[in-house]
Amino acid sequence: MSEKAFLKLSGITKQFPDIKANDGVNLSISPGEIHALLGENGAGKSTLVKMIYGIMQPDEGEMYVNGEIYVPDRPFDARAKGIGMVFQHFSLFDALSVAENIALGIDKNASQRDLNTKIVNVSNDYGLPLDPTRIVGTLSVGERQRVEIVRCLLQNPQLLIMDEPTSVLTPQEIKILFETLRKLADGGCSILYISHKLEEIRSLCSTATVLRDGKVVKTCDPRLETARSLAEMMIGSSLALPQDHGLIAGDERLVVDNLTVRSEDPFGVDLQGISFNVHGGEILGIAGVAGNGQIQLMKALIGEHPAESPTTITLDGEPMGLAKPTERRKHGMCFVPEERLGHGAIADMTLWENTILSARTRKGMVKRGFLNNSTAAGFAKEIVSAFNVKAGSVNHAARSLSGGNVQKFIVGREILQSPSVLIVSQPTWGVDAGAAADIHMALQNLAKEGTAVLVISQDLDELMAISTRFAVISGGRLSQPKPTGDMTVEEIGLLMGGVPSSAEITSEHGEQCD
Amino acid sequence: MIKLELRKETSRVMLYSTPIFAVLLTIAASMIMFAILDKDPIKAISIIFMQPLSNTFSITELVVKATPLILIAIGLSMGFRAGVWNIGAEGQFTVGALCGGCIALVFYNVEGFWILPLMCIAGILGGMAWAAIPAWLRTRFNANEILVSLMMSYVAVLLLSALVHGPLRDPDGMNFPESRIFSDSAILPILVEGTRMHIGFIVALLVVVTAWVLLSRHIIGFQVKVLGLSPRAARFGGFIESRVIWACLMVSGGLAGLAGLFEAAGPVGQLVPSLPVGYGFTAIIVAFLGRLNPIGILISGFVMALTYIGGEAAQIQMNLPSAVTGVFQGMLLFFLLGIDVLAKYRFKWFHHHHQKGT
Repeated sequence: MSEKAFLKLSGITKQFPDIKANDGVNLSISPGEIHALLGENGAGKSTLVKMIYGIMQPDEGEMYVNGEIYVPDRPFDARAKGIGMVFQHFSLFDALSVAENIALGIDKNASQRDLNTKIVNVSNDYGLPLDPTRIVGTLSVGERQRVEIVRCLLQNPQLLIMDEPTSVLTPQEIKILFETLRKLADGGCSILYISHKLEEIRSLCSTATVLRDGKVVKTCDPRLETARSLAEMMIGSSLALPQDHGLIAGDERLVVDNLTVRSEDPFGVDLQGISFNVHGGEILGIAGVAGNGQIQLMKALIGEHPAESPTTITLDGEPMGLAKPTERRKHGMCFVPEERLGHGAIADMTLWENTILSARTRKGMVKRGFLNNSTAAGFAKEIVSAFNVKAGSVNHAARSLSGGNVQKFIVGREILQSPSVLIVSQPTWGVDAGAAADIHMALQNLAKEGTAVLVISQDLDELMAISTRFAVISGGRLSQPKPTGDMTVEEIGLLMGGVPSSAEITSEHGEQCD
Repeated sequence: MIKLELRKETSRVMLYSTPIFAVLLTIAASMIMFAILDKDPIKAISIIFMQPLSNTFSITELVVKATPLILIAIGLSMGFRAGVWNIGAEGQFTVGALCGGCIALVFYNVEGFWILPLMCIAGILGGMAWAAIPAWLRTRFNANEILVSLMMSYVAVLLLSALVHGPLRDPDGMNFPESRIFSDSAILPILVEGTRMHIGFIVALLVVVTAWVLLSRHIIGFQVKVLGLSPRAARFGGFIESRVIWACLMVSGGLAGLAGLFEAAGPVGQLVPSLPVGYGFTAIIVAFLGRLNPIGILISGFVMALTYIGGEAAQIQMNLPSAVTGVFQGMLLFFLLGIDVLAKYRFKWFHHHHQKGT
């Protein structure tokens, strides 16, 4: 079997400074096989395919194409071996025509007329109607994806890598795409299909490799599995039991009522009628696979985008829906965004300057417009010592710290402002186990003092361990929050895979796109 | 293959020493250039860099040239820090001179202490108005302010020329395209008798100090820096991008307008089509050479003024082509940007094929 494999990976390992993204991954794809790569975000799927496509190089392990050793230094090498890739985010020029975009993306020189005929032929063969003279800016998202696919197909690939291809498509477009992929596979082209959508994988793929924490958990035939069993493989069944921290929910502090936001990014997720409340003294956890509206939710809560009406978001009974971030902070809201450098902190500024960014109002660092630099430096020192941040001094740029230490600094900066509501995204991303435990402890202590804490995370173990109530965000919708103890792994996995309400979500999505 | 890799942290010493290296490299490269032109390189360099410092009159002329450069560069540096690229200071300079000059011409036979302040205000407002066009187009339609402000410069220069050829022409001026000479009430007080060094230099010094305080101690300066380094972090911090863009363009436009008025009411003393001589563009180099730091700009303003005066002297005494000043300034910016790359990144050599585990 392995002799016949088109692509074979053996013991692929990739180490990043903070995390082992891939750990001894074995994978084998036969010609004409549609092979699913399944896993939560952060499981190592994209790192793996980037190595196959030559964007990154593995630290250990070998890759073979048709039995020959394969060491791609750049995507050009991958394409030369017949490996094509369609990215989740397209790389197309809006102002150019379909044919011009395709000509830019292929390595061989071809005359424009030849190319146009080829485009029409290929797109008709595979049921992907495409007019080469159309300007890309006028195409729908599904049609743009076709351009990317046709660009790959023109180079007669033997393996096509598709990264989350359906996340931006309508149900009708998904149907067409699946037919195309099946046709391709029938013609002998292998397909590596990356997704976390369980039903799709069950209907399309004949083999699935499940990744968790960079390791292959299982290779199976998804058609013989249930969505439930796949979910379990993906997130693991060894979740920590929810712990009783003696947290007692007090008064309602943060109320979000029917928050609906259209994403300004064409690939972003629209938030649809999100409602929840957080009481003082409790930790509400929001789980979900990345890209399901977490970023938009965070932006709306910070106030980077105003909500539709003042009462959409209320804080201790006060309407905050239209308030700017500074005003929300003044009233007691603090935030830790998901992205550390570039959003929550400025890489090229010193630690003490970074405290001014979000703590200036609550910590009195500004008087009549003038900055009190020594107050800022004092607060930065307080954070560094309280949260054990490894930094030479507070005069060092945030850039010079490791990711985990930046995270500790930002979390500390917000917690030490004693907020009445704290909203944290990915509180322990990239920090070591000891520091993660410290951050969890700090969040719980804050809740004990009466703060309402909202944690948005992709780490289920973390949410299980610290949250008192629990909800799942999927496709821009939030499930009904439930006490953490009442949730089962299956239930969470299905909610994350968008299974129970998938029909409902996709049909509405379709209407919007038409 | 060579790869550039971002250094973890650029040391302050390196950051502040790069302009000095840039000046030294410019001197070295221009000496080679002079040698190729068959001129004595040592003599040329000493004329350019030493002669202007050798007598009092040259030094005051240095101040006259440095004043507009410093004023404009301080304003531009605010925007450059915030990522607002006002390239049209030349136009704002011209319109400032025009607006202030109009006040002088309207009151040409009136005496009064209030005329100069009024001219200054008109100059500032004129520069601001010209900068408001790119500011509005950027914040309303996301139009690129680099292109808009640059194009507006040419409009401004032609506008000045058209007005001086037409309605503003001196009725007693024998049809020369010049305005009336400003009255004494509309001319800037001179600091050193018998020279052209005017009170504008004191204003420039005050502006330097104010800018330094704003940038290091005030929330406005902080906002400007944050927006330039990371627009998303600025939104997280609750800063409003469009407000900062407006503020930057208003400050740089106003200061350029004031510099223009100082030029018209100072060394020139009237409105002439040749009033804009490129200070607005040279100030861009001054701002970067001074590391966008007010004190640095004060120093680099003088270095750049030196190339103007010394370049002129070299042209006259050594028969060098008139392009020498421009070549000098261009090299300076080129070397500065080049060395900056080396200070922020380090070269990494890597072999094309590093096969592992075969």
